[in-house]
Amino acid sequence: MSLLSVKNLKVHFPVKHGLFGRAEEFVKAVDGVSFDIAPGETLGLVGESGCGKTTLGRAMVRLVEPTAGSVLLDGVDITRMNGAMLRAQRQKLQMIFQDPYGSLNPRMTVEDVVGEALDIHGLAENKSARAKQIAELLKAVGLDASYAQRYPHEFSGGQRQRIGIARALAVEPKLIVCDEPVSALDVSVQAQIINLLQDLQQQRGLAYLFIAHDLAVVEHISRRVMVMYLGKVVELADAKAIVHEPKHPYTQALISAVPVVDPDSKRQRIILPGDVPSPIHPPPGCPFHPRCPIAEDRCRVEIPALREIAAGHFAACHLAK
Amino acid sequence: MTPGTLHLTLARVALLEIKNLKLDFLAGEQGARAVDDVSLTLDSGETVCLVGESGCGKTVTALSVARLVPTPPAKYVGGEILLNGRDVLKMPADELRGIRGGVVSYVFQEPSASLNPVIRIGKQIKESLRLHRPEKATDEQVIRLLKLVRIPAPESRIGNYPFEMSGGMQQRVMIAMALASEPKLLVADEPTTALDVTIQAQILELLLDLKKRLGMSILLITHNLGIVGDIADRVAVMYAGQIVELAPARELLRKPLHPYTKALMNSVPKLSGGAARLTAIPGNVPRIGNFPAGCRFYPRCPSAKPECATKMPDLVEVEPKRWVRCLYAS
Repeated sequence: MSLLSVKNLKVHFPVKHGLFGRAEEFVKAVDGVSFDIAPGETLGLVGESGCGKTTLGRAMVRLVEPTAGSVLLDGVDITRMNGAMLRAQRQKLQMIFQDPYGSLNPRMTVEDVVGEALDIHGLAENKSARAKQIAELLKAVGLDASYAQRYPHEFSGGQRQRIGIARALAVEPKLIVCDEPVSALDVSVQAQIINLLQDLQQQRGLAYLFIAHDLAVVEHISRRVMVMYLGKVVELADAKAIVHEPKHPYTQALISAVPVVDPDSKRQRIILPGDVPSPIHPPPGCPFHPRCPIAEDRCRVEIPALREIAAGHFAACHLAK
Repeated sequence: MTPGTLHLTLARVALLEIKNLKLDFLAGEQGARAVDDVSLTLDSGETVCLVGESGCGKTVTALSVARLVPTPPAKYVGGEILLNGRDVLKMPADELRGIRGGVVSYVFQEPSASLNPVIRIGKQIKESLRLHRPEKATDEQVIRLLKLVRIPAPESRIGNYPFEMSGGMQQRVMIAMALASEPKLLVADEPTTALDVTIQAQILELLLDLKKRLGMSILLITHNLGIVGDIADRVAVMYAGQIVELAPARELLRKPLHPYTKALMNSVPKLSGGAARLTAIPGNVPRIGNFPAGCRFYPRCPSAKPECATKMPDLVEVEPKRWVRCLYAS
């Protein structure tokens, strides 16, 4: 059974309020997304600004409320829960954030930050057990146990990110949603955090939903990759297949746009015209058709379904084969 | 013969010469060295990338070209910056105003922070024109510039406010404003870092095209080595306030010589690179005021030898056109 199963998830934000405050328009940030994550698996999620990937990550842990659809964690639908039941489920599902400076309370010591999770879920029997667990968590993320008394401002970005990871690990989750965890870090530190996440996965059997805009990072760490565009999944396949045999024209353009450090590469870049359309008024038919180099009449009227083109390789395109 | 090719047939003259630049940031009495003896030349029509991570001094070096670093808290303690032979650091105020936007223009990372949010973009571009080419401060010229940066339907865009445009479009408007005065040198500080990768590709294509058509020099700051491969003629890698490697772009990417450059290239995941595990550089980038004695990369260097802890290496030309600051680079 999948660890996590998302079915037709929608997150629509109301924007225009007409008479009596009724919403007239919606930002369709996430518009019918379905996927599974197996225990211990890393599913990468890529897409550009406004595609809905961050909203999807937050909706999964209910930092943002889904408008429709379901999120099944070990078979149980967490979108229908509240209170103590939800809190219990939250132990299984944690999140780490993009901004190492904004995601830690500046007035709490490292011990407070990591210990808060233990306290809320009653995971430490007594004071000395708590201190021991915190020390072990810090060690697991490569930080010295003596850092427990320090405040976030005393650390570098990479170290703060490690503290955030320790906080997430405190409750022994099964899946961690990683929302752009390395984008805000110096290049030479990114590799440290990526390696750390991989090591922790191996040691603890963690699953990740790894959200990022950097395709190379996502491909490196993920087993499978999902590509989003304007609130919908346009392609889902093994990481290698996404990079070597992308089936959707948007994925093809995305991959060709990634700057490559090979001085001899003479690749032909696919330059997409224009910008991503507004998620309030998505185009009719396929959301990508206005920018698609191979769009046909059918694409302008009929929304393509996500269909299996090759074994385990899904694309939402009428013309993909 | 178009103006672009005319530029290219002229002899290559050093447009910009940064010579032994030293800059400190003052905190009370103490000065912390942020730019430490940096020398760099840029020829007419050339594109040089300054690569490095946060705190290495690349932005401060680039801002110095038009003396844009506020002094205080900064203090120039040595060196000169020759733009067309004139030292920017000693220029009188009115001459400095003339070169800013006139000879050298800037494009920054966050276009939404550089554009005035309450003024329509057409008016902002016109302002740029009015300052440096007043005879050209017309709607026609604004539209011409918007066409130059490939904004579709420019006539309908001149009345837009910045918030009505996407990040990529805003950045094109910034480039249009920077080009209004037909500068010889465009300094771009991480111009695509805040943009999506497909938009980044558009902007880089645009810069390459402009470079060819206008014969413009570009000093581009980035931490992304992939961009270097796409656009640079030469690259200078900076670390802790110093240039540690300087080489033609293709050669540096093919065979980096400084351990930091090598480590940086190895630590970045590459598309279909196939590495199971990245080779991370241990430790952290040193902060200004806390630079190690001796070689500044020594604490993190995989090839460190005992000497490196105390002896500061010079930037040496180890092969023709290839400069490295390392006691053991060959």
